[in-house]
Amino acid sequence: MPFVFQRVFSMIPTLAGVVVGIFLITRVLPGDPARTLAGEQAAPSILAKLREHMGLDKPLWQQFVDYTAGLFRGDLGYAWHTGHPVAEDFATRFPATVELGIAALFIGVIAGIPLGVLSAVKHGRFIDHVTRVISLVGASMPLFWLGLLVIWLCYSQLGWAPAPVGRLGDDVQPPTHITGLYLLDSILTGDTMALGNSFAHLIWPALVLSVGAIAMISRMTRSAMLEVLGQDYIRTAHAKGLSPTTVVSVHALKNAAPAITTIVGLELGQLLGGAVITETIFSWPGIGGYVTKSIDATDYAPVQAITLLAAVIYLVVNLLVDLSQGMFDPRVRHG
Amino acid sequence: MADQQRANPHQARVVQADRSTSIVTLLFRNPSAMVGFGFIALWTLGGLISLAASPYSPTSTGVGGLLEAPSLEHLFGTDNFGRDILSRVLAGARVSLWTGLVAVSVSLLVGVPIGAVAGYVGGSLGNALMRIMDMLLAFPSLLLAMALAVALGPGLSSAMIAVGIVGIPEFARIMYGQTVSLREREFVEASTAIGLSNRAILFRHILPNAVAPIIVRCALGMGYAILTAAALSFIGLGAQPPTAEWGVMISDGRGYIITGEWWMTFFPGAAIATSILGFNLLGDGLRDALDPRLRTVAHRQHSLDSTTARPTNPTTATHTKGTS
Repeated sequence: MPFVFQRVFSMIPTLAGVVVGIFLITRVLPGDPARTLAGEQAAPSILAKLREHMGLDKPLWQQFVDYTAGLFRGDLGYAWHTGHPVAEDFATRFPATVELGIAALFIGVIAGIPLGVLSAVKHGRFIDHVTRVISLVGASMPLFWLGLLVIWLCYSQLGWAPAPVGRLGDDVQPPTHITGLYLLDSILTGDTMALGNSFAHLIWPALVLSVGAIAMISRMTRSAMLEVLGQDYIRTAHAKGLSPTTVVSVHALKNAAPAITTIVGLELGQLLGGAVITETIFSWPGIGGYVTKSIDATDYAPVQAITLLAAVIYLVVNLLVDLSQGMFDPRVRHG
Repeated sequence: MADQQRANPHQARVVQADRSTSIVTLLFRNPSAMVGFGFIALWTLGGLISLAASPYSPTSTGVGGLLEAPSLEHLFGTDNFGRDILSRVLAGARVSLWTGLVAVSVSLLVGVPIGAVAGYVGGSLGNALMRIMDMLLAFPSLLLAMALAVALGPGLSSAMIAVGIVGIPEFARIMYGQTVSLREREFVEASTAIGLSNRAILFRHILPNAVAPIIVRCALGMGYAILTAAALSFIGLGAQPPTAEWGVMISDGRGYIITGEWWMTFFPGAAIATSILGFNLLGDGLRDALDPRLRTVAHRQHSLDSTTARPTNPTTATHTKGTS
């Protein structure tokens, strides 16, 4: 238990640093939020009023106190182009992003880990080279290009994919709201119509978003497995006559698990960045697409909010990963 | 490992001979590094030559019909304003490579000193500096770049600086790791003993010894910077239309993909992908060529038991990070 507390407390300074960082980015960098909002041609009197309204005329420390106090109340700023608080807009769009992110991470894991294990076991052989090429190309692929190519090929040429607009076709009713994840909700309510349709809408953006994760997870799994496979106890396990499958799945994979969990956790944070691009291309009604719409409307509070949100998610996921390391390896708990 | 080398004099000789081979030769022997170099050379030369001899002007409209498919006259087709896409892609190479250079320079010039000071001075200052770097790494790279670009005001130069700032912690971490391990070495102790100043030790001894992983990071960082800057331009935070920039061009072509006019998006995207691939391949090749540790291991692997795992270098093993 002390281990858990220690880790939770050690997160606080970083979290505070992240809040200070975002505050500094918005208030201290040369750009003027009031001018951005009012436009280049705004009259000085209007600018002054706007600054006062936004609290920009107060001393910096006062602004910081207000900002932090706001965060504690769940105030992420105000989105002028929708007329709602950013937190409210985020809340309605969050399930769509979560569904897309989980689906992409799931694909990344079920494709990346086996690829990585296979290429480590067949080190230097054909499959190893194939994995290397996949991870290299995956890491070099601009998501916005890949997404558009998928739409061109699978929707407009082959007709496999539904129109890349949203989570459901126009003629399909969304399933009864339970979790907000359409796939899960339609399974829970037994709504086969919504299930099939939401799956068809989800799979394409999820595949596109998962490419980076597949590349990273397979690469890291490979190197973690290679390290473990070189250990003496693996040789011992082979020597005492265990089947190669048992050695790899029980002895090696179990010992590579902490390293693999870490990289999967890190990928979750990066996925939110990728989601901004993917959601924009597939008109997916999540936070990412909302943020790019805000950018088009030169409304920037949502951009800062999503950045803060992503950093917090990253820190929490990292904490969970660290705690899970303690589960894998008692030495971490007691060390 | 050392025992094995001593026990086998022949092998020790192999390793030594290998170290004297020049890095350039090693790079030339590395086929994937050469492919990477080829892509980079292609875009660099294409961008430069098009300054003197571009097929058409990259910004003038109506040099062909609207949305013409690729043909002999317009190899990459024309866009919705009748501009020649090949000319625009070539002009875009200049923008993207320049963006990458500026961004990587920002990361390098800020990150390396931070890492060197944090590693060499250590103590609470070093600790604080590296904690700030860790904090920057808590942000997904594209989102941090977006927030910075927004704060600086959208535009190409903001995007360059934003992408550069996002790259700082990677350089700082590499330099920090190198400095900490070099600081304890005997030649540094000897330099202190003969009365060299801290600055002289940092510049004359530590920096030159840390150059290899930093060069590798520069190559990988170029790929990352080109990708992120293009992503920023795509969502409207980087270069603005009508600039011939790859991200902008893809954003322009977005609306035409459903109706089947693929060439507006395909060619600039392929340009981004191949230039990033080029830098990633070159970075990997440079790492293999510059890291003597990997080289000796690779040699040992040939002659010893093939089950020995090839250790990865944690400071340079990451690829272009981020999903954009």
